[in-house]
Amino acid sequence: MSGMSNVGRPTRPNEVETRPATLTGGRGLLQDEPLIFELNGWEKTGVDIADAELDASDLGDLVRRDPIDLPGLSEPEAMRHYVRLSQKNHAIDLALYPLGSCTMKHNPRLNEKMARLPGIGDVHPLQPQSTVQGAIELMDQLAHWLKTLTGMPAVALSPKAGAHGELCGLLAIHAAHDAKGDTARRVVLVPTSAHGTNPATAAFVGYAVREIAQTEDGRVDLADLEAKLGPDIAAIMVTNPNTCGLFERDVIEIARLAHAAGAYFYCDGANFNAIVGRVRPGDLGVDAMHINLHKTFSTPHGGGGPGAGPVVLSEALAPYAPTPWVTHGPDGFKLIEDATGVAAQSFGRMCAFQGQMGMYVRALSYMMSHGSDGLKQVAEDAVLNANYIKARLADLMSPAFPDGPCMHEALFDDHWLEGTGITTLDFAKAMIDEGFHPMTMYFPLVVHGAMLIEPTETESKHELDRFIEALRALAQAAKAGDVDRFKGAPFYAPLRRLDETRAARAPKLRWTAPQGSNLAAE
Amino acid sequence: MRYLPLSAEDRAEMLAIIGAKSIDDLFVDVPQAARRSGTVDLPGFKSELEVERALTALSNKNVPAGSVPFFCGAGAYKHHVPATVDHIIQRSEFLTSYTPYQPEIAQGTLQVLFEFQTQVANLTGMEVANASMYDGSTATAEALLMAQRVTKRNKAVFSGGVHPHYVHSAETLAHAAQMKTVALKAAIDAEAAVIDAIDADTACVVVQTPNVFGTATDVSKIAEAAHAAGALLVVVVTEVMSLGLLKAPGAMGADIVAAEGQSIGVGLNFGGPYVGLFAAREKLTRQMPGRLCGETVDADGRRGFVLTLSTREQHIRRDKATSNICTNSGLCALAFNIHMSLLGEKGLRRVAEVNHANARKLKDALSSVKGVEVLTPRFFNEFAVKLSKPAAAVVEALAKKGVLGGVPYSRLDPDAGLDDVLLVAATEVVTDADIETFKTRLSEVLA
Repeated sequence: MSGMSNVGRPTRPNEVETRPATLTGGRGLLQDEPLIFELNGWEKTGVDIADAELDASDLGDLVRRDPIDLPGLSEPEAMRHYVRLSQKNHAIDLALYPLGSCTMKHNPRLNEKMARLPGIGDVHPLQPQSTVQGAIELMDQLAHWLKTLTGMPAVALSPKAGAHGELCGLLAIHAAHDAKGDTARRVVLVPTSAHGTNPATAAFVGYAVREIAQTEDGRVDLADLEAKLGPDIAAIMVTNPNTCGLFERDVIEIARLAHAAGAYFYCDGANFNAIVGRVRPGDLGVDAMHINLHKTFSTPHGGGGPGAGPVVLSEALAPYAPTPWVTHGPDGFKLIEDATGVAAQSFGRMCAFQGQMGMYVRALSYMMSHGSDGLKQVAEDAVLNANYIKARLADLMSPAFPDGPCMHEALFDDHWLEGTGITTLDFAKAMIDEGFHPMTMYFPLVVHGAMLIEPTETESKHELDRFIEALRALAQAAKAGDVDRFKGAPFYAPLRRLDETRAARAPKLRWTAPQGSNLAAE
Repeated sequence: MRYLPLSAEDRAEMLAIIGAKSIDDLFVDVPQAARRSGTVDLPGFKSELEVERALTALSNKNVPAGSVPFFCGAGAYKHHVPATVDHIIQRSEFLTSYTPYQPEIAQGTLQVLFEFQTQVANLTGMEVANASMYDGSTATAEALLMAQRVTKRNKAVFSGGVHPHYVHSAETLAHAAQMKTVALKAAIDAEAAVIDAIDADTACVVVQTPNVFGTATDVSKIAEAAHAAGALLVVVVTEVMSLGLLKAPGAMGADIVAAEGQSIGVGLNFGGPYVGLFAAREKLTRQMPGRLCGETVDADGRRGFVLTLSTREQHIRRDKATSNICTNSGLCALAFNIHMSLLGEKGLRRVAEVNHANARKLKDALSSVKGVEVLTPRFFNEFAVKLSKPAAAVVEALAKKGVLGGVPYSRLDPDAGLDDVLLVAATEVVTDADIETFKTRLSEVLA
């Protein structure tokens, strides 16, 4: 033992004042990952395919001879590339994802497993219907759950997302007015607090958009609505619970006024999670409402889709639902794919094939798991969690509508930041440093510097308390004048604040070979 | 309930802090007439095992494509997707993240979108591509409206080779937007005929290659005619694997490419979710629908990516937006991106060659069957045949014999008078034995 060095591994960290930038751009275990185009994979492939005996003689000049410029990666390289990228993302599986209006809830893995059953994931949309009876039956079961939960007589399954569902609803309304010869209705009324998709959809369908004012307590102004309703109004589009996180107390009266004026009531169902299993939109006078399966019914958001936006319809609108329709009779389940027979009045097709089967099965798996009792509990816990956050932050932050309960999201304005020099954006970015994804910011537009927090039923009390304590600590720091913490944030994220102005001024929307490289000029 | 973490004690404690006596106090704003006691009339809570049993029973009533000789196409194709793809898209950080509104903590998704946009642009031979649409058919519908915005004209002309579902979906939207559509009569080699229908009111001409009958066409002449009339050329591609072998639309004068990306990475899924590819000429960028991801730098000057040009979009421009699209097909775009990164140009070209070779083998095999006439003159991996019996009945009979033998054209368009036309596709998953079985069974059915 005598030859052993007496200078061992230091067991106490050195005391160093400064934090140098890394030499490679890495951050701890997070490497700075290049684009696939920068990995020199121009001659590589990660897929083994036998060479084919190519005889393309029929194709002549149609054969592609120029380089396509698509690099390949071997399988281990690909795995590293994507796993490294993944680590730069926040996710609901990591922590609370309190984006108001987005309903970021747990995505059960059973649903993923079910979507990959061979009889679900590996069936072609145009196989003979006799070979996909279970798939059509699944659509029929999903339709039954959606109709029962909403108290509505019909549902169009094919819309591919919420905005596509809005389009479906307005097209049905358009068709219903046309069928009555009522073609003078060219305007859709939308509250100022609405999601941007509402006015965008109305304009897409050729309607002019007129705004409905909001009351002091964050709801539709009935007097203003009544004044604006008339023979030119095709529909009203109202979100309920609304984007301020409040239930429209007068919703039944809103429906009555719309109907009395000959208009239809489109309800944006983005916030259905607050009332699922407890309140049926059919009892509120709704004519059409989309349901985001990727919100209320837990199909994963996937970084921006795919979603699904089935639309429930009233008796008045049901005949105009888009094809295909699901029916069943003595000889089994059937997809009616053309606007003939019972579907003769359908306004037509919204997409190729029959919609988002992969989302249908996940949503049905979720609904069956909860059952009617569990879904009611979902709504109650979602609303309870939001009110708990509101109650515990009300002394430090300013709730936009302090009186009365909120539904599944708690809305704050930025009055409480007045005089601090800190904006809603700064506050949100500082949350990132504390390990939390920010809430929805600056929406709805009717509330100054809005911060819209939707915890969903997924959060335990322990997680909520951690989140609340973090926000309280930040709010206290803001009020104490700790401005730099906010202005420069985030400091600890994979990247600091990004220059969005620069991105928009001279858009660079794809990788191109650097000058002087011998790749084909782009 | 396994997905709900709050205990009864938690709930009581939280209600006390809120100052509510019961949960009903939080629902006081619901009108009396809409309040309900008890639960809605649906089954109650089920264990994981019970749900799995019920859904597996439904799955078992279907015939999976992978379980039989399989030749269906017509806009949805069965390709082999490497196992790596499905593994990566199930990583929590991709699967359970939202649209990347906070770019500092969404660089994974954003870099994927930037790579995806580059791959789509290069594959289609176009200058810019967006971050995905719902699917190829809705991308086509959006292309019409974009052409209307760009040209300020109100007419779209479809060749007789565009997939009827695409025509119908686009018409639904176009008619609502006060656009007139002219859909030419279905024909095997339909694309060139579209030239005569272009006039001074035409906003865009929509052609498809390979078209719904499988016919591949050089659309350069159509592009010239469209441009001479001040119209845009929209090229639809329903089988993007073809772009590994066939000339890119961008090289033939396309102004907008609307394509279905399902063949790369996504799978059949009974029709959805799929991934719409949308690419265009650079000068049209600001009229494009959907999300665009762009490169920029962060406060320390490090490269990063953000969603950009959002002044086109609904959440900023509301009723003046270029589209109402919000959620798109992000995870399917990731699947496309991974599969394409594994393939690379080398792999893509090879898979495309195998597809073509298999389709030629299928053509040779079916040509020898009595009652079969091959109609498509030039094809990639799919072609149309004329049968001596109605095609719908033939595929039913084939299914009973354990072969999924293609798509009858009448399924897509019952009024075209093409009841005897069958569309058959052969991708890399088809074996020589599958082709032999198909040939034998088809001979029996047509005998």
